[in-house]
Amino acid sequence: MSLLIPDSGLLFWMLLIFAIVFVILAKFGFPVITKMIAKRRDHINDSLRLAEEAEVKLGQMKQEHARIIAQAREEQNRILKEAAQERDNIIRQAQTQAQDEGRKILDEAKTRIDAEKESALREIRGQVALLSVRIAEKVMRKDLSSDQAQLDLVTRMLDEATASKAIKNN
Amino acid sequence: MKPWIRNIFLPVLLMLLSAPAFAAAADTAAVNSTEKAEEEQVDVQGIIFGHINDSYEWHITDIGDKPVAIPLPVIIHSKTSGWHCFMSSKIAHGHEHDGFYISTSEKYDGKIVEKGPDGEEIRPLDISITKNVLSLIISSALLVTLILCSARWYKKHDVLKEAPKGIAALLEPVIEMINDDVIKDAVGPNYAKYSPYLLTAFFFILINNLLGIIPIFPGGANVTGNIAVTFVLALCTFLAVNLTTNGHYWKEIFWPEAPMWIKPILIPIEMFGMFTKPLSLMIRLFANIMAGHALILCIVSMVFITIKMGAIIGGSMTVVSVGFGIFMDCFEILVAFIQAYVFTILSAVFIGLAQERPHAEGQKH
Repeated sequence: MSLLIPDSGLLFWMLLIFAIVFVILAKFGFPVITKMIAKRRDHINDSLRLAEEAEVKLGQMKQEHARIIAQAREEQNRILKEAAQERDNIIRQAQTQAQDEGRKILDEAKTRIDAEKESALREIRGQVALLSVRIAEKVMRKDLSSDQAQLDLVTRMLDEATASKAIKNN
Repeated sequence: MKPWIRNIFLPVLLMLLSAPAFAAAADTAAVNSTEKAEEEQVDVQGIIFGHINDSYEWHITDIGDKPVAIPLPVIIHSKTSGWHCFMSSKIAHGHEHDGFYISTSEKYDGKIVEKGPDGEEIRPLDISITKNVLSLIISSALLVTLILCSARWYKKHDVLKEAPKGIAALLEPVIEMINDDVIKDAVGPNYAKYSPYLLTAFFFILINNLLGIIPIFPGGANVTGNIAVTFVLALCTFLAVNLTTNGHYWKEIFWPEAPMWIKPILIPIEMFGMFTKPLSLMIRLFANIMAGHALILCIVSMVFITIKMGAIIGGSMTVVSVGFGIFMDCFEILVAFIQAYVFTILSAVFIGLAQERPHAEGQKH
């Protein structure tokens, strides 16, 4: 049957045409297309992978961010608390210092007053002694001022008087 | 409308519209034969084989008694008179040219022969551009143009920044599917070496199958339903399988791992199998496409067979056969793809089997 017997002419042409088509397409056609398709597929895969990585990184960064904010808030609280404490300390310290200072001033004033009082008293005693001597002079009409023994006597007498006065006061 | 939609839509629409045109084309041919032999039966066998077989001219239709055909160049080499080249119109209708004529004898029916010295018909070396050859040239030119246009798009555009447009967008999913899902899976790791051949085979078969369904001039030839064409395709697969294989493949054929007493039986079977694989490819494609063409022609011829049975039967059968013809044409579009796919996947599997490594075998046992 002629259907099943390959015709030599057609066989020849088919070989020739198919060979030409194959050479052209295998050289300039399919490799270009398949390479480009593969290139794009790789690119898409890479992009997807990168996007996934970026998402993971973004999540990490968000966590980090939240962590940093929480840390900062904690720090703020701590600093505020510390500042309050510091303030209290300073105030307390100032108060004690002021109290100390005040006491010191008072003490100093007291000692100075005492000293003043002492010197005043001494002066007064001197004056009193002189006055007494003058009074005695006047009384005795005798110049006793140059006599040291007389002065000593008066002083002793005055001492006694003041002593008795002090005992009486006591 | 988006260009790629138009690209898919137009050929499909054309093919669907071509179904009635197919009927019309066969119509006139058959009407002519019925007119010629009013009382005779319609020569369905003649119509079908006239279409399925190759011919020296591209017969389109008959107008009245006048056949409309495209004459094609006849190139023959005779042992006695050397090279001859003339148009097929010179030997049409039983005419003789330079001693050559189309034989009607049993042995060389429909082929160009010359008379030998003792009156016997001698077949010269015949490399004429026949209908199938011209169809092959047209489809190949179309295929090369399509693929190169697509490749040009990829060269001119940055594939990482733009989505393909036009022909590239139409072909890319098909190429990707065949390359990644068929070839890569079936052939194995070094598939890249074979993918240009397998892709070429796929698209070559597909475009010839599809052109074969179109009933008018650029298509309609029974190219992939011709044994010579499928023979060459199967031969290419045979060579791809056997010329690039490894020692393991030959060892499996000539010294398979089997008990000694089985070997004398197994070796001839393996050697036989080496040839039956491409043979099955050849016969499958040839038979499927030829049968498809024959079936559509049968359905269309039904109109002219039943027309004699009266107006009612003839009219209703016409409706049935046109409806069935449309269905068959759509079915053949599917078959066109399936056969190209099957040829490619089986070729890839045969290549993949021949590429198998011994250690992979070892794991299987």
